Amino acid sequence: MSAGTFKLDGVDVPFDDGDTLLAAAQRAGHHVPHLCWHPRLGQSGACRVCTVRVDGRWAAACTTRAAAGQVVENRTPAIDGQRRLLLQLLFVEGNHFCPSCEKSGDCLLQATAYEMGMTGPQFEEFYQHRPVDASHPTMWLDLNRCILCKLCVRASTEVDGKAVFAIGGHGVGAHLLVNSPSGRLGDSAFADSDFAATVCPVGAILPKRRGFAVPIGQRRFDCAPVSAQVEPQGDGEGGHGR
Amino acid sequence: MGADGTRADTARAKPRIATVSLAGCFGCHMSFLDIDERLFELAELVTFDRSPLTDLKHCGDCDIGLVEGGLCNAENVHVLREFRARCKVLVAVGACAINGGLPAQRNALDVGRILLDVYDRGRPGLAAGSTVPNDPELPLPLARVHPIHEVVHVDHFLPGCPPSADAIWACITALLAGRAPTLGHGLIHYD
Repeated sequence: MSAGTFKLDGVDVPFDDGDTLLAAAQRAGHHVPHLCWHPRLGQSGACRVCTVRVDGRWAAACTTRAAAGQVVENRTPAIDGQRRLLLQLLFVEGNHFCPSCEKSGDCLLQATAYEMGMTGPQFEEFYQHRPVDASHPTMWLDLNRCILCKLCVRASTEVDGKAVFAIGGHGVGAHLLVNSPSGRLGDSAFADSDFAATVCPVGAILPKRRGFAVPIGQRRFDCAPVSAQVEPQGDGEGGHGR
Repeated sequence: MGADGTRADTARAKPRIATVSLAGCFGCHMSFLDIDERLFELAELVTFDRSPLTDLKHCGDCDIGLVEGGLCNAENVHVLREFRARCKVLVAVGACAINGGLPAQRNALDVGRILLDVYDRGRPGLAAGSTVPNDPELPLPLARVHPIHEVVHVDHFLPGCPPSADAIWACITALLAGRAPTLGHGLIHYD
C-alpha cells in the first residue's frame, strides 16, 4: 500500500510507510546516485553521493524519510557538480589506478564518476600505501581502494552474523579493520560465500585467482551507464558485487 | 613547419598543436594515431609543433598542448613547464598525466631502494660491478611520481589508459572549434 507520493525531478514517486527517499526512488526505477546504500542493508549516510535537495534543503536521500508532497531535486547540474566533487575527493584519497584493477568496468565508484562526467581529480593525490592482505585462502583485500562505505561491515554484521569487519582510526587515518586476533583476514571467520564477500562496490574485497574474466565491452557498466541500471532489490543477487 | 624548415607559417596561421610524452608509455600517442585517416583531415586543420612525431626540439607558441605521462624525473618537470608556458590550452591526456597512473604504484616504495634493486645489489643477470647510473647527463628521478596538475595548471583532462581514438578526436575537434570537450558514456573511461 502506497503511503503517498513525492515529486522526484517533477515525476511522482510512490512510497510506503518508513521508506527513505532513496529506497522508494530506486524501487520505482529512478536512479539516485549512491555508493554506500544497499537495499538489503541498513542506512549509513557515509558517502553523501545521494545528496538531493528536499523542498530546497540539502539532504542525504538514503537517510531521509519520504513524505507526501515533498519536492525533491536529484539530477540537476548543480547537484551533480557537488557529487563530482565528492567523487574527486574519494579518488585522490585512495589509489584508484583503474587500468590494472580487476573491478574496472564493474565498479560502482568508477561508473558513478563516469555518470557525473568526472574527467580529472584536480586535487592532490594522497597515495596511500596500506599493505595488501592476502592471508585468506580465497579472498584478498586492497585497502588502498577502500572508500569506507561500510557495506562489508553491515553485511557481515546484519546478514552473515559474523562481524568480520569494522572501521578504525580517526579522520583521514580511518580505515577498514578485520576482526581477528592478528588483524588478518585469513585468521577471521570470513568465507567467500559470505554476503560481505560480494557487497564491496569497489575493488577492495576481491576473490583470488579470478580477475579479468569478463571481456571488455561486456562488463557490467560497459553495456549501459549506471543510471540505466537500477539494481534489482530484495534478493541480494543483483547488488553491486558479482 | 614551413617548406623551408622555419616556423613562420603565418600566411594561414593554422592552430598549432604540440604533444609530448613525460613518464608515459607512448600508448596515448598510439591511440591518437588510431584516429586513422582522420589524421589527413587534422593535417589540413593544424600545424604540429614539438612532438615525438616531428623533429622540433623545443615547444614554440602553440594553441593546444597534449601531455601524456606523469612526472617521474627532473627533465619531465622542465619539459612540462615549457609546455605550460607556450601552450594556450594544456590537456592532460591519459591516466598517467591525470593521477600518476600505474607508474605511481612505485610511490609506496623508496626510489633509492628501487634503483639499487634494479641496477645494483648483485642482481642476477647484471655484470659484476654494476651500479646505479650517476652521470649528470641523466635526469634524477623524483621521490614520487606526480600527476601533471600538481605542478602546472591543466585546462582539460582526457581520461583513459589510453583514451580511445574517438575520445581524442572529440577532444581535439572541440578545442579547435573553441568549445570545452565533453565526453559521454562510452567515451569517458579510466581503464
